[in-house]
Amino acid sequence: MSSETPPTVSTSANSRPAGSGEPSEITTEQVAHLAGLARIHLSPDEITKLTGELVAIVENVAKVTEVATPDVPATSHPIPLANVYRPDVVGVTLTQEQALSGAPDHDGGRFRVSAILGEEQ
Amino acid sequence: MANAELMDYDRALELFEPVLGFEVHVELNTKTKMFSDAPNFFGGEPNTNVTPVDLGLPGSLPVVNEQAVKYSISLGLALGCSIAPSSRFARKNYFYPDLAKNYQISQFDEPIAFGGSVEVELPDGRLFTVPIERAHMEEDAGKLTHVGGATGRIQGAEYSLVDYNRAGVPLVEIVTDIIYGAERDAPELAKAYVSTIRDIVVSLGISDAKMERGNLRCDANISLRRRTGPGEPPAKLGTRTETKNVNSLRSVERAIRYEIQRQAAILEAGGTIIQETRHWHEDTGQTSAGRPKSDADDYRYFPEPDLLPVEPSAELIEELRAALPEAPAVRRRRLKTDWGFTDLEFQDVVNSGLLTEIIETTAAGASAQSARKWWTGEIARIANVRGVDASTLVSPLHVSELVALVEAGTLTDRLARQVLEGVIEGEGTPDEVVAGRGLAVVSDDGALIAAIDEALASQPDVLAKIRDGKVQAAGAVIGAVMKAMRGQADAARVRELVLERANA
Repeated sequence: MSSETPPTVSTSANSRPAGSGEPSEITTEQVAHLAGLARIHLSPDEITKLTGELVAIVENVAKVTEVATPDVPATSHPIPLANVYRPDVVGVTLTQEQALSGAPDHDGGRFRVSAILGEEQ
Repeated sequence: MANAELMDYDRALELFEPVLGFEVHVELNTKTKMFSDAPNFFGGEPNTNVTPVDLGLPGSLPVVNEQAVKYSISLGLALGCSIAPSSRFARKNYFYPDLAKNYQISQFDEPIAFGGSVEVELPDGRLFTVPIERAHMEEDAGKLTHVGGATGRIQGAEYSLVDYNRAGVPLVEIVTDIIYGAERDAPELAKAYVSTIRDIVVSLGISDAKMERGNLRCDANISLRRRTGPGEPPAKLGTRTETKNVNSLRSVERAIRYEIQRQAAILEAGGTIIQETRHWHEDTGQTSAGRPKSDADDYRYFPEPDLLPVEPSAELIEELRAALPEAPAVRRRRLKTDWGFTDLEFQDVVNSGLLTEIIETTAAGASAQSARKWWTGEIARIANVRGVDASTLVSPLHVSELVALVEAGTLTDRLARQVLEGVIEGEGTPDEVVAGRGLAVVSDDGALIAAIDEALASQPDVLAKIRDGKVQAAGAVIGAVMKAMRGQADAARVRELVLERANA
């Protein structure tokens, strides 16, 4: 949890300019780095191929900036819907047996995982 | 763990300016989790308070808990923040099995609350304004137990066991702006800040706020900036460390002091501070290096596609604002007047971080003076001996019951201290300890009179003196009676009865 500095918070969340700035170049190093973070093994050929594809995607997305003006709010959802909530009422939970039924290994009611190097987030 | 070099605190402050920042996580006490309707309760059998959402099972979808949003808005308002007209959730991607999904749902670029401040009181009574950058909603992670290895710590563990009962519990993370100007009060400021946040969430009723249970957790960022001479440009900000696992008010203060002394020694010896997570060890009073900043911190945040934006209406925000309790500073002023404490008494309470406990003790029926006397006196003394926060030892309800027993004459102060000890040792409520240890004051005059008559009969010379009007001679008899009663008698009543019987 946390420990990363998010971008500066804008005073009005609705006023984020859409598509400001140039699309950044995608490099093979970036793709290799992201693959590493996502724990996906990619061969050098795959990295080259994906880099080309990602460049094309970014270029296509950048076309949006040609029509979007700074007063158009950015959106992360295609449907104009907000505030979908659930009342704070307890529902049905899984039994411990059900919870563990898909686990490769468990011990004393808990999931057993290999020792993790690193720290809690 | 090797002992690090520490610089004398005064010397460190001469050379460097401490620069602080805090991240405080508050677990909300909603009935259900942030994104699922599993109970928000993580004691009990492991992996029983979980739904498919909490386990990140395929096909499950999170749905936001409306109460958690309201609590978050209330907290944001209490921190003097603006509430975002539109905020959204983001995925924080990382591989660690404390969450089953390989990501934590948090908020990133659009937190629900931002730009506030909190006024805290330093030990000398000075008010210090702590700037709040943001407060955002997120979910807590599961609990890992590392098995094998010499110390039970992560290093050397053979495997880990995961309980997801806590996964998905609603959290609000409160992030301060960079805090300058605390100077030599930095450790005290840290304690006062966390204590104030605790008072705020308790007065809002949105969290149990027990630090020892992890309801309230503080990560303390600290860096040192070298002081420059007059006319010279200010030095650049130093590299910061983030100390985690600081689970008591006392530790917050100690950890900051320790890091100032440790960093100062390294910098003065020509070394550099590594940007890293450090772990606080309550037992040794030291921090140890955790992991350095690395690729693993590249969380690739992106908007959570499974959730829709949170857009609280102005009406809702105003409704929650109207329902806010008093601001901490206003509340402190009012309590001081209501309780009739002197400046010194009140300062003592604030500095002890026990305001919440005393409020709750008075709410349970005790007088403010009695509550203050017990919390800042005997309970604080025991806490100090044991190296824990006083709030972890005994509940305000039990203190209030103890006070009532003293006021009813069932216990003397001395007996009450023994009862307190029993309560702390887990022997039950004050009433149960009184019964269990047989500690009640002997208020049965018959028993007292029998003991008095016996004492008078065995000390005829004393009896003669009392009859001659030498009242002070009664002390010897009173002493003998108290001893016979094993201290469980009210000395004033014994004295009354001694004089009565001697002159009968």
